[in-house]
Amino acid sequence: MIDFVGRKRWFFLISWILVVIGIISLVISQIQTKSPLQLGIDFTGGASMIFHFSPAVEQGQLRQEMTELGYGEARIQDAGEGNFIIYTMEITSEEANELAEELGTELDSQVERIDYYLVSGTIAAATARNAVIAVIIAAVAMLFYIVWAFRRMPSPFRWGTCAIIALIHDVFIIVGIFSILGWLAGVAIDALFITGLLAVVGYSINNTVVVFDRIRENVSRHISPDFTETVNNSLIETLGRCLNTALTTLFVLLALFLFGGATIHYFVLVLLLGVIIGTYSSICISSQLLVVWEKKEWRALLPFAKRTG
Amino acid sequence: MRRGNVYLLIFILALFGFALWSIVPLDRNVFGREGLRLGLDLAGGSYLVYQADVSDIEPENRDEIMEGVKGVIERRIDALGITEATVQIQKQEGEYNIVIQIPGIADIEKAKEMVGLFTVLEFREQDAEGKWIPATGTVTVNGEEKELVLSSRYFKENTYVTVDQVTRAFLIFEMDETGAQLFKQISTRLIGKPLAIYLGDEPLRGEDGRIIAPTVDEVIEDKGQIRGLSLVDAQELARVLNAGRIDVPLGRLADGEFEPSVPLYERTVNATLGQDSIRKSIMAAVIGIVLLLVFMLVYYRLPGLVACLSLGIYGVVLLGIFKLVPVTLTLPGVAGFILSLGMAVDANVLIFERTKEELRGGRSLAAAVEAGFNRAWTAIRDSNITTFIACLVLFWLGGELGALMVRGFALTLFIGVALSMFTAITVTRTFLRLIIGSKVVNNLAAYGVPAQTVRNTK
Repeated sequence: MIDFVGRKRWFFLISWILVVIGIISLVISQIQTKSPLQLGIDFTGGASMIFHFSPAVEQGQLRQEMTELGYGEARIQDAGEGNFIIYTMEITSEEANELAEELGTELDSQVERIDYYLVSGTIAAATARNAVIAVIIAAVAMLFYIVWAFRRMPSPFRWGTCAIIALIHDVFIIVGIFSILGWLAGVAIDALFITGLLAVVGYSINNTVVVFDRIRENVSRHISPDFTETVNNSLIETLGRCLNTALTTLFVLLALFLFGGATIHYFVLVLLLGVIIGTYSSICISSQLLVVWEKKEWRALLPFAKRTG
Repeated sequence: MRRGNVYLLIFILALFGFALWSIVPLDRNVFGREGLRLGLDLAGGSYLVYQADVSDIEPENRDEIMEGVKGVIERRIDALGITEATVQIQKQEGEYNIVIQIPGIADIEKAKEMVGLFTVLEFREQDAEGKWIPATGTVTVNGEEKELVLSSRYFKENTYVTVDQVTRAFLIFEMDETGAQLFKQISTRLIGKPLAIYLGDEPLRGEDGRIIAPTVDEVIEDKGQIRGLSLVDAQELARVLNAGRIDVPLGRLADGEFEPSVPLYERTVNATLGQDSIRKSIMAAVIGIVLLLVFMLVYYRLPGLVACLSLGIYGVVLLGIFKLVPVTLTLPGVAGFILSLGMAVDANVLIFERTKEELRGGRSLAAAVEAGFNRAWTAIRDSNITTFIACLVLFWLGGELGALMVRGFALTLFIGVALSMFTAITVTRTFLRLIIGSKVVNNLAAYGVPAQTVRNTK
């Protein structure tokens, strides 16, 4: 029998390390680029377009040409098959067409504009604000829901709080990973990133609720006088389900990630990371938090604190 | 219980048959729906959002005038031969946004040009050759003589429609001071002749497609009425006349200044990119589903097969819903659909794991399946509600953003998860009960529980 609860210090340590790496990355990014995360045009305003080049050109060539045409600030992402995603400041649809034409002449390639997206700075500010509001509303709504669902348990608020801490943990790690991707590979977050994050929030809580549901049942069946043992048994009983569901979801997401095309690549990456981290936190973090709270072993949360008693 | 199962089975098969019939072939007309409705990122097309400059309009009149502006824009886009466009008004914190969606390949630059035009209607008379030319008159404004065209600018904002006993519609209007002078001159000159109403270079047309050109039969000064219109035409005309009193420029606010004709949001997707996305999504879905089915069969054996069958029914019914509702599918929406397939298995997995535990505990097959369903239900319900909460928040966020992509994802995920709960607790359960009831397969190994792992309860 695996002792999930007994190893809680190790799990907390792993999570602390991931969270701290995320914070370091956010700080580095803030210093290097003046922003903790690379923000996409949904949040800053600007234009993005996909140009199809036939014959295909090199990204380096394209970058050089863009700089010569006065678009040195543009971000360029190779989407494969001769397609390039280009992010610039706000330029109109006509200007984008002119740019495509000039690039075609200079690089001696047939250029077709297959996607054009413009977001005004004014609306982008509102979008950024609403995205933050949405994540907070979702977290609070779920907290209330869990408190309600576990209302027959002693201190239902505790169950909700532990689930929400696990959720914030998941969100934090994903944001941290995207911050690293941001300054390493120039990956920017957009409205779809927030969408993926919220879906992950739902998924992560979903997993945690399944485990909590089993603890709830086992507590009322009095399978053990010791809460720690009850929790550990519940974790082992639900382990098969948690891993299998994660696996089936990962299968389809992996297929989407590998074959689904460049436009939703990072969106699917958020979902993939979310499923993995959400499953980890519901097996290794949220229930252990319940035990820590029940036993008042607050020192266990701190990675390097000395073990008491 | 057994009869109940048979009824449920008939219901499930009927539902499945109906869904299958409605989606095969996909482009057959069923209840007026042909094919799946694709969002512009899959079908190609444009999505434009403009801000309306309503600073010149009294706050209490804004709602009504924006309705008229919407009608005006619909007419303009229609006049370009773009028939499937939709125009919506979004009111946010006192700002009015006009959202225009134009599917398929269309002359977007031309459409944008048309949208940016003024909303004022112009009256025209026929010249000697029958050509429509602007109806003008010379009036004195602030002591100055001016030649002006009769237009909706000079109408008071109280144009309305009444209906008499024999249900004929009357459009009643009042003119302001300048308008009264103008209309007097023009109507005196045109008694017995028609007067058409133009929006830009396009005449307003009635429901029947004919130009709306009422004949002047008396001199009109500060008050008048138009008879002989159908009720719908009269109401529409009243709306556009009220909207046309003031120019409502469409554009965007940038740094506190209004830039006309520049959209807040614009997304234009080429149809080839859309087709490419569809091809890739289908490939990803097929590979993902095959992996999923193989895993379920290998790990859960017989119940796994049942889960595959119920997943098949799930997929067909979901496509049926997408087609018949219809749900607009966007690329993130398709991702939501594929994600929901992975999650749809979840309810089955919960039930099977529970059933296995009960079997290991030494229960009979039938009792274990029932207990598995009953015990798993609270977990299925509680866990899916959190996903619903996330979907609802996303749906709200999608509306605020004006971003269709976010909404598409939330909607398909919501429908998918709701339907997956239904298939797990009805379809899977009924199939399993029937198999157990028929006593065809009683070997516990077929349920993934080898005999030696069963705890002896005696």
